[in-house]
Amino acid sequence: MAERTTADLLESDKGTSVMITASVTRGVLPTANLQRLLDVLGAKGYRIVGPRVRDGSVVWETIRLVSDLPIGWRDQQEPGRYRLEQTGSQQIFGVVHGPQSLKPFVFAPREQLLQIERTNDGFAAHQTIAEQEKVAIIGARACDLAGLAIQDRIFLHDAHRDPYYARRRQGLLVIAVNCTRALATCFCASMETGPRARSGFDLALTEMNDMLLIEGGSEVGCGLLAHLPLSPASEDLIDEAATEIDACARSQVRRLEQSRLPQALYEAHEHPRWDDVAGRCLACTNCTMVCPTCFCHTVEDTPDLSRQRTAHARLWDSCFTQEHGYIHGKNIRPTIKDRYRMWLTHKLASWIDQFGTSGCVGCGRCITWCPVGIDLTEELPVLLAWRDEPSVKKVSKED
Amino acid sequence: MANPYFIHPATIVEKIREAEDINTYRLRLVEERAQRTYRFTAGQFNMVYLFGVGEVAISIVSDPDEPEFLDHTIRVAGRVTSAIAGLRPGDMVGIRGPFGQGWPLEEARGRDVVIVTGGLGCAPVVGAIEYIFRRRDQYGSVKILHGVKRPHDLLYRERFDGWRCQPDTEVLLTSDQPDKAWHHHVGVVTELFERVSINPAKSTVFMCGPEIMMRLGVPILIRRGIPASAVYASLERHMECGIGLCGHCQLGPYFLCKDGPVMRYDRVATWLGRTGV
Repeated sequence: MAERTTADLLESDKGTSVMITASVTRGVLPTANLQRLLDVLGAKGYRIVGPRVRDGSVVWETIRLVSDLPIGWRDQQEPGRYRLEQTGSQQIFGVVHGPQSLKPFVFAPREQLLQIERTNDGFAAHQTIAEQEKVAIIGARACDLAGLAIQDRIFLHDAHRDPYYARRRQGLLVIAVNCTRALATCFCASMETGPRARSGFDLALTEMNDMLLIEGGSEVGCGLLAHLPLSPASEDLIDEAATEIDACARSQVRRLEQSRLPQALYEAHEHPRWDDVAGRCLACTNCTMVCPTCFCHTVEDTPDLSRQRTAHARLWDSCFTQEHGYIHGKNIRPTIKDRYRMWLTHKLASWIDQFGTSGCVGCGRCITWCPVGIDLTEELPVLLAWRDEPSVKKVSKED
Repeated sequence: MANPYFIHPATIVEKIREAEDINTYRLRLVEERAQRTYRFTAGQFNMVYLFGVGEVAISIVSDPDEPEFLDHTIRVAGRVTSAIAGLRPGDMVGIRGPFGQGWPLEEARGRDVVIVTGGLGCAPVVGAIEYIFRRRDQYGSVKILHGVKRPHDLLYRERFDGWRCQPDTEVLLTSDQPDKAWHHHVGVVTELFERVSINPAKSTVFMCGPEIMMRLGVPILIRRGIPASAVYASLERHMECGIGLCGHCQLGPYFLCKDGPVMRYDRVATWLGRTGV
């Protein structure tokens, strides 16, 4: 798995980074002083993005003040259900996550690829790679970092390096928050992606009452620490933070057993459970839209009214749509059963063959945002029990 | 590094009518730099673009040693191909590519080659056939077995006639819905296997056509002693990017746009036998 931090990518920041001492990689910031961090980021030219309460959930929005963050709010997530509640506490990062991962910041929902103009003898294409923007995201979770690392592998470290993704990625600074509370839908511990942010962050925060334990994860992140009024982190506080994170891991009620993947899921192709889940799935595409790693996209050409120029762009697509499997007059995956099977088999099995990692990070978003509450951690064990149940009639023709 | 999404303009030099709604477009890249650097292998494809309409994946049927001209046989099948059908020589399209893995012409050198094609989908293998005949002494015997539903589906008639005249070459045609004028075999293409002698240890098989033809045909070849690892198939799926990123062309663990479109049969056999993949 590629572990690229902003330090590896943010070449343009090298000249401006302050002198840092190697020892400043950790410290304690009173929560009341968090605004200092935002001010430092603002002064360094970053647009700061954080979670903000909007229409009953949290979304990533540009923020300037700590008070823009969802102070005192908590999310409760269950299959098909998302609720925010105000607890009245001063906790800043009480909401674990909303529907968005970090994906929209690097793999944009709509990315114009080319501007193409008609000329006398045909056309001329111009690349439209966005200006690099420095964006500092505060509040990303370990699962989000794992999703970002998977997308880096796909878009940056394959045969072709995607220049649009690369440009957005270069400008990204990530401030993670270690989770001390698990949602009912979380299963990052079993996917070994969380709840502690292990890599891929510039700074990581652990919120402990009115204190923030801060760790630097990159050169740029450590550079920021030098600007903050930190006090040294005591061993007791570090231990206490680790204990809370471990407790969060142990409290997770969902898990996903990966040891027999990918093969066992390939072999479950004719399992009757696919019919069962297809009877519930609406093919609404929500799971693929909220997934931190899903990368399917479609490319479209949108001419302006004069038909003299056209915007050539890619847009998020989903394997749950009718068109996804279309090929001249035929649909390779005509039924919802075909499409759900395609999605789950890709996410949990063929992804491993393709990219050396599962496509699932255990964030649980696909469970929460499924309108009918389909839960992959419930589907997978049933599908994998295939071989162990002699009573189930096998209809597979191959193998 | 070059932007894999960049579209290079290309002029239609010639438009050759192959059949109703099927034309071969001979394209030439406009930019001098693109002309100089563009190289492909037989079996690879381009994304062909029409201004304001979009792109479609089309295999290159011309000879890789003459990359100055890029032939694409395009059948009217959807929105983009319908619009392309209205173009004339001198009009401009766009090209991105070449993409994918082509035919194993190196591995097949010195061996017999059996080419099995069905329906209108034989275009991806035409470049490979021409490649072999231009280097006739480097390959063993060549057997071309081609099946069509109706006689008017037979494309490249002159080419088939030309290939028939090559040394140590057999061309067998079949139609399962023949008309009175049809003087070749009647039936499906897999029946032609009985009519040729194949040295299983020395043969490499190139297949191109409907997946049902492969699913039914390959077991017959295997029974005749040809290992599935000596059979290659050009496979089709919806493709939008050509670089394994858009996700549409997956077949099991493979992205057919970058791992294929030509795949060694033993790697995909399990997947081709399944519905909804």
